[in-house]
Amino acid sequence: MEKPIYFDYLATTPVDPRVVDKMVHCLSIEGNFGNPASRSHLYGWKAEEAVENGRRQVADLIKADPREIVWTSGATESDNLAIKGVAHFYAKKGKHIVTSKIEHKAVLDTCRQLEREGFEVTYLDPGSNGLITPEAVRAVLRDDSILVSIMHANNEIGTVNDIAGIGEVTRAAGVLFHVDAAQSAGKVEIDMENMKVDLLSLSGHKMYGPKGIGVLYVRRKPRVRLEAQMHGGGHERGMRSGTLPTHQIVGMGEAAEVAREGMELEAVRLKALRRRFWDGIKDIEEVHINGDDVHRLPGALNVSIAFVEGESLIMSLKDLAVSSGSACTSASLEPSYVLRALGLSDELAHSSLRFSFGRFTTDDDVDAAVAQLRTAVEKLRDLSPLWDMFKDGVDLESIEWAAH
Amino acid sequence: MAYGEKVLDHYENPRNVGKLDADDESVGTGMVGAPACGDVMRLQIKVNADGVIEDAKFKTYGCGSAIASSSLLTEWVKGKNLDEAEQIRNTEIAEELALPPVKIHCSVLAEDAIKAAVKDLRDKRGR
Repeated sequence: MEKPIYFDYLATTPVDPRVVDKMVHCLSIEGNFGNPASRSHLYGWKAEEAVENGRRQVADLIKADPREIVWTSGATESDNLAIKGVAHFYAKKGKHIVTSKIEHKAVLDTCRQLEREGFEVTYLDPGSNGLITPEAVRAVLRDDSILVSIMHANNEIGTVNDIAGIGEVTRAAGVLFHVDAAQSAGKVEIDMENMKVDLLSLSGHKMYGPKGIGVLYVRRKPRVRLEAQMHGGGHERGMRSGTLPTHQIVGMGEAAEVAREGMELEAVRLKALRRRFWDGIKDIEEVHINGDDVHRLPGALNVSIAFVEGESLIMSLKDLAVSSGSACTSASLEPSYVLRALGLSDELAHSSLRFSFGRFTTDDDVDAAVAQLRTAVEKLRDLSPLWDMFKDGVDLESIEWAAH
Repeated sequence: MAYGEKVLDHYENPRNVGKLDADDESVGTGMVGAPACGDVMRLQIKVNADGVIEDAKFKTYGCGSAIASSSLLTEWVKGKNLDEAEQIRNTEIAEELALPPVKIHCSVLAEDAIKAAVKDLRDKRGR
């Protein structure tokens, strides 16, 4: 069976071949397999050198000091370490945390846990464009606020928040600012020299690096303190114990360097692909873009196609690998909480599709996606009683549906 | 999620898609579900003078299992009288299509749809 064309780069990315080349040299007896913490022999020194090189590569991507980079197992761990670490360290100063309703679950579930521990969390509503503004953050800060956690780019709709602006607000208020940048790193500019962000989560596998590796950036000036969540050998200046996985770190470092070098050109290319896709489908009746159309990742598009249900649409698009905000594709049977927070009706949330384009997507891929989507929508609308009613001029809102 | 062969077959080649005249005295219409829940089925049956269902049509907004459940139902009800049609159970549909537990509600909706269609027809005749 031929594999479907991949349009799910926000879910994960394949490891870039240049990255694989570096990684494979850090595993076997002939390679750089040593424990970076071994101080007594060459194997350890070589591994440490590779780890520190990776640290510098990631630091360069976000214009940070290598000493501000803490290796973790991924962005989920980075989010946990940042939020719990700050909350536990600064609990005496205050117990109020600010986040938004459309954060990744790694942030939301961590905040829920802190609520159980006695912290108070404010969940900001995004605008209908999916953005959280600096003003919205300013409006809810209190004397006992200790942390604001707002994502850079949203994983479902691809919108990009003004973290520079939010950073000005939090710094002025003396509140720490954590940013989940798993989706944005390597795609849009992140500048820790100028952005007043105190903690930043990164993920290896969202930027053509391996899974199982991530970074938490922890600012040195002004210094941010954390309570460690993982205890052990005191690695990573005591903030995160555990033997450093040299091959993963080398992979993420190389991925960061490749991304940094190609970022500008790749952004232009991806934007053109996105435009090509949208131009191919925008004349379908009742199709809507979810989230701001300007402040958006270059290669991400989330659309709702009314009167067609997302899962059956995906079933029809069997040669395309895409994801949906429909309940039926999740374990919970609830449609996407992100789309609902934008104020979308449940019906439009059920009818959403997320297309994300990446390094290996071609014009031909996009053209194939357009053609298949058009065919599928036509087929499913022929099957849809809602489409019939819409075409007959029936207002679906006026009908009393029996919820089940 | 991987789909069973029968679900795929009904999804790829849905039987009896369409619409009957809802105002026709011999047509019963059942519309169940809600857009907000992600599935809406419209099932219509047409009975002859002997009270036997001679035609059935459906349209469904929903996942593949919902489409397959309603498609299968239209095949099953043809040739049955109203009492027999009412006896169709969701468990039979779920079993025939090998629906996974998370999709059982699709077969429940199909059972609701045929009951609603039969009731609509009886209400019309009772007038």
